[in-house]
Amino acid sequence: MKARDLYWRKTRRLTLSLLVLWVFVTFVLNWFARELNHFQLFGFPLGFYLGAQGLLFIYLLIIWYYNHRMRKLDAEFGIEDQ
Amino acid sequence: MFSSLTRLQRYYLYYTVCFLAFIGALAVLEQHGMPPRWIGYAFLFFTISMYAVIGIMSRTSDVSEYYVAGRRVPAFFNGMATGADWMSAASFIGLAGTLYLSGHQGLAFVIGWTGGFVLVALLLAPYLRRFGEYTIPDFLGARYGGNAIRVIAVAAAILASFVYVVAQIYGVGVITSRFVSLQFEIGVFVGLAGILVCSFLGGMKAVTWTQVAQYVILIIAYVTPVAILSWNVTGNPVPQLVYGQVLQEVGRLEDKLFNMPAEIEVRQLYRERADLYAEKIMQLPSSLNLEREQISTRINELKASDAQMKDIVALEKQRRELPHDPEQAKVRWENAMYSAVDRSQPPVRHAEAFPGETAEQQLPERINFLALIFCLTIGTAALPHVLTRYYTTPTVSQARDSVFWSLLFILLLYITAPAYAVFAKYEVLSHLVEIPIAKLPSWVAAWTKIGLVSIEDINRDGILQLAELALNPDVIVLATPEIAGMPYVVSGLVAAGGLAAALSTADGLLLTITSSLSHDIYYRIIRPDASTQFRLVISKSMLLVVAVLAATVAAQKPGTILSMVSWAFSIAGSAFFPALVLGIFWQRATRAGALAGMLVGMLLSIYYILRVEFDSIPWLGIKGIGMAPWFHVHSTSAGVFGVFAGFLTIIVVSLMTRADGEGGDFLQGIRRSGKDGGR
Repeated sequence: MKARDLYWRKTRRLTLSLLVLWVFVTFVLNWFARELNHFQLFGFPLGFYLGAQGLLFIYLLIIWYYNHRMRKLDAEFGIEDQ
Repeated sequence: MFSSLTRLQRYYLYYTVCFLAFIGALAVLEQHGMPPRWIGYAFLFFTISMYAVIGIMSRTSDVSEYYVAGRRVPAFFNGMATGADWMSAASFIGLAGTLYLSGHQGLAFVIGWTGGFVLVALLLAPYLRRFGEYTIPDFLGARYGGNAIRVIAVAAAILASFVYVVAQIYGVGVITSRFVSLQFEIGVFVGLAGILVCSFLGGMKAVTWTQVAQYVILIIAYVTPVAILSWNVTGNPVPQLVYGQVLQEVGRLEDKLFNMPAEIEVRQLYRERADLYAEKIMQLPSSLNLEREQISTRINELKASDAQMKDIVALEKQRRELPHDPEQAKVRWENAMYSAVDRSQPPVRHAEAFPGETAEQQLPERINFLALIFCLTIGTAALPHVLTRYYTTPTVSQARDSVFWSLLFILLLYITAPAYAVFAKYEVLSHLVEIPIAKLPSWVAAWTKIGLVSIEDINRDGILQLAELALNPDVIVLATPEIAGMPYVVSGLVAAGGLAAALSTADGLLLTITSSLSHDIYYRIIRPDASTQFRLVISKSMLLVVAVLAATVAAQKPGTILSMVSWAFSIAGSAFFPALVLGIFWQRATRAGALAGMLVGMLLSIYYILRVEFDSIPWLGIKGIGMAPWFHVHSTSAGVFGVFAGFLTIIVVSLMTRADGEGGDFLQGIRRSGKDGGR
């Protein structure tokens, strides 16, 4: 019973921290897109680049990291499926 | 497990090679003089019969195969199928066009539609898979208990999916009417036949394997024309890497074009026209009568003199087409006025975020940008046809991986779309604008004919100014091969890709609608003792009814693809997201809370869309319901209010009602369970 609670607490903490990161890159960064456009990256204005490519890679990374950590967590608690 | 995976991969590899060879063969045939019309037919026939073959090969009458493909789809292929399921006619046809028209503002779609998958991965997919039933209403029914929640969930799923499926079938109509010259309404029904072949025979199993095939076609079709364009313009065939330079070039062209005297004059003329319409609307009904009289006197004058018959006929036609009554006149003239106002605005610079001179003008743009991102992310994480895809993987960890693959495959298209828009804009600004109208390329006429491109020489100088050209966003992707003068085989390929995108999504949506009806309503509520065979019969006949209904609505051309889709997202997001997320993460959420929250969220969204978007609903006899938007938020982002209201209602009502016992055991099950995955 305790192991179950611990597993859930760890899952929740991981989920919450990644969610906060997601909110930051999605909403805070984009709110300042106009200001970010004063900078350049690969020939793009930075704000435009983030929306067109950058954020998408960050999203992919978030999901990859979550899966990676969850797989480890599952193994730690002996509930990995197949 | 591993051997079956490689066998599948081998099959799809053969299939891809086969498709590439087919394109190559058609390219060679075109060189030898095969007419474009036949290339269009060949693509249509080849792709739809491929889907039919896959559909027939995976036909099934097993319930688990029919609803969730037997839960045997490996993460990689499930990702691909989700990609096709996800990327609809709106992504394929509409997205690049919207990016073309609204520049940076359009990126909200790219960000929202990909960002939503983070929410799917973190908050939903693993828990849905662990629960392991057939539909989303199943999940809500099991979590909160009772049939009422099931009924509301089914209603929301059907409403959102139906609006969405209408948009897909509309897309099919646009493609077939342009590329095989079928009449729009007939094209709609031809597309419908293609959809039915897959979902009718084999349910989710057939749909999954056709969707994988459709993904291959749609991604090849999407990337090819941009790669060619990129090669032509920059000498580098990877558009995503190099369009930064082209974007700068577009910026320079914009500097040059936007302030040319002819452009300013044209915009001024449109402003005058808008004022004229405004005045006419103010003076209704007398202005309408005046106009009718004026035309009549001109006709009589012409008849008295010996004018040409042709002119008289033209005027008579003009008189016939006048609005019949002041109300109709108001609607029609308002539309004309808004379009004139649009064209009178100085164009938006492509890379400029939140355009506007002052901070006050930028604020609404900024708010709407974020509001749209919010609605699209939440909608992504709440659309039942995508969420059910995560029921089909063998295990929970594969469901998680499958979200990763889904996003990766979706990303391929979404990082290409902004490049598509920039290259298309570069072509238009450098090769189309400021040339004599008589010398316009032939694609302009072809698209004008079906009403997606319009050109009006308002200043009568015989030269096309940027403001005189109106492009429907749905035209950019389909017309780019022609705009850049590529061989017709590329156009055919793009049409086949668009068709694949529209059909795959329509399949997924239709299946969601019909499984909600047959599984959740008929089996779970009306007749729990129904035999499995009979359930499938019900499901299939529902499929037919819903599909025909959707095609009938689509044939009316109700709106642009993208706005219809955004409404569907807002509705789905506000109905499902709060109830699903709180249901998983907050044990205290109660049945009454969820019921109230789903209703409040969904109804608020619908209310907002109706009142902001439509002033009257003629067939209900309702009028004068229009209202000013709240905080400048467009109707496409109605979900902002719906989602917040939904969360708030669930929390408040749950705290006010007694905790019910249902939640505890259920949550223990989905938060962690053993190998079997089910309940």
